[in-house]
Amino acid sequence: MDMKVGKKKLGLKEKYQHMTRGLGWETTYQSMDDVFPFVKYEGIKIHDWDKWEDPFRLTMDAYWKYQAEKERKLYAIIDAYAQNNGHLNVTDARYLNAIKLFLNGISPLEYMAHRGFAMTGRQFPGVGARVACLMQSLDEIRHAQTQIHSLSNYNKYYNGFHDYRHMLERVWYLSVPRSFFDDAVTAGPFEFMVAIGFSFEYVLTNLLFVPFVSGAAYNGDMGTMTFGFSAQSDEARHMTLGLEVIKFVLEQDPDNLPIVQQWIDKWTWRGYRVLTLVGMMMDYMLPKRIMSWKEAWEVYFEENGGALFKDLARYGIRPPKWLDQIEQDKDHISHQAWATFYNYAAACNFHTWIPTDDELDWLSQKYPNSFDKYYRPRLEHWREEAKKGNRFYNKTLPMLCQTCQIPMIFTEPGDPTQICYREVDYKDNKYHFCSDGCKEIFEHEPEKYIQAWLPVHQIYQGNCFEEGVDPTAEGFDPLSAVLDYYHLAQGRDNLDFEGSEDQKNFEAWRGMATKNAA
Amino acid sequence: MGVAAIKEYSFESADRLENFHGNQLLYIGWDQHLLFCAPFCLPFPPSMRFGDIIDKVLPGVFGYHPDFAKVDWSKVEWLKSSQPWQPDFNKTLAELGLKHKDVLRFRTPGLTGIKGSAS
Repeated sequence: MDMKVGKKKLGLKEKYQHMTRGLGWETTYQSMDDVFPFVKYEGIKIHDWDKWEDPFRLTMDAYWKYQAEKERKLYAIIDAYAQNNGHLNVTDARYLNAIKLFLNGISPLEYMAHRGFAMTGRQFPGVGARVACLMQSLDEIRHAQTQIHSLSNYNKYYNGFHDYRHMLERVWYLSVPRSFFDDAVTAGPFEFMVAIGFSFEYVLTNLLFVPFVSGAAYNGDMGTMTFGFSAQSDEARHMTLGLEVIKFVLEQDPDNLPIVQQWIDKWTWRGYRVLTLVGMMMDYMLPKRIMSWKEAWEVYFEENGGALFKDLARYGIRPPKWLDQIEQDKDHISHQAWATFYNYAAACNFHTWIPTDDELDWLSQKYPNSFDKYYRPRLEHWREEAKKGNRFYNKTLPMLCQTCQIPMIFTEPGDPTQICYREVDYKDNKYHFCSDGCKEIFEHEPEKYIQAWLPVHQIYQGNCFEEGVDPTAEGFDPLSAVLDYYHLAQGRDNLDFEGSEDQKNFEAWRGMATKNAA
Repeated sequence: MGVAAIKEYSFESADRLENFHGNQLLYIGWDQHLLFCAPFCLPFPPSMRFGDIIDKVLPGVFGYHPDFAKVDWSKVEWLKSSQPWQPDFNKTLAELGLKHKDVLRFRTPGLTGIKGSAS
């Protein structure tokens, strides 16, 4: 009997065509400009969205399948880690502070990245770009969720993990990563893609994830290592998207080049400043070191980034500005950052400490040009004072950079003894900056940065106390009022690692795991 | 250059003088003493006598440093916005022409920080 056989399944190429490009159309009831209102105002000119090449040809149904598989594996390991008290296998309890910094400071950025890609995807008239943004947006919320689940495991045992959402909007140092992402998501869709998709995901992401994930592995933290690798498996796609965006935009119109170049300069510098925290983590917070910040910078930025910018030269792109300064800074910024958190340990949700003698020697060896000359005497002096019961807690609030919001801790290029001061007068007000980079970023868009919520200034304006607190009352203690506002418990979440509850608990619990009761 | 925006984009500074309840901000940094990781931000009324800042405020701010007790204030070199500047300790901030968010640095020749490391 003859039967008419319908065509079998669609081929991959056809399926991709139908399930991505086939989903878009030219609107007629409403003008395309009204449907996509943000796509022109940044000055980027796109003539043909069909020229967008999707390197992965991934459709949503395939995407769900891959990601679900990853989630199953990841949660099996996270559960096993929790059930077996995996947290007691880390090198020593100081390591937990690196995780506090990461989960409080970086994980909320994953959530912001989710929002950013969702908004950006909505604004692109090209379907290929829109679907790619949608997937990245889902990846980012997955990363945020898995990291929050990991955080909740640590939160059962250790301090400083208890209120990351609240702290992100209040605690002074968290304004640095927060304002970085706020700056990006309040830009237009193309700037967001260059800022996060390219500069952060492509140029700088290895400096964030590789040290962090290998750091976790080196220090026995299998839980973090697992979610780190799971997130990393999405990064290859993100990096490719970031690069594709740059190439697509540059190929569409020659007028796009100067705009894109300015964004690359800005966002490489902004990202580099945020990575100061990672540098500090690598050089000071991992009990078992993987490599120094300086070495990581040389491999992942100077070598890999150098090759990338060589590749982009044919589009007219030159390497980002201020690289000469960054080159000199790599001997210094991690030490300057650790000194800062040592200064302000009373207002932090993680602990700081003076490195052991072995660790000081490691730093001397990794930083022969700078450590013994500038930083070792400082740390040894603090150690001596702490032994005498005079541990330094800086109680006076620091001056901040208007752009990156980091305290003005960075030194003049070429002179590590001198703080770098830059300032601009704009509409009857003065603004101060840590560097030429941050100053120039401000000058390009002053109206944006004059709105900055600088934690120090907000405290002095009286905006960082809980409701009903009267700063004019007798005996008012501003630091304690600010800690209340941050939801930090004095003596438990803050101060030196030495003598902390975390230190004591970890020692007692590990003792129970490895010794017999007396 | 302004911000690229879809409509008019104009805002007041979040840190304008009137937000500080009668105080103005003054930044003070001690050059070559990086034991203090950054310059400081301090709120003062414009009627504050400059000498009172030196005598009553700075000891609490910088006193932890062993060099601080050795500072000879008659020999200190001052910079305002990184330009040489001469204060009169008996005048107020307003009389000295110090404005909101001005930045002062002081240098103490001969005092070079912990073991000469500028710390």
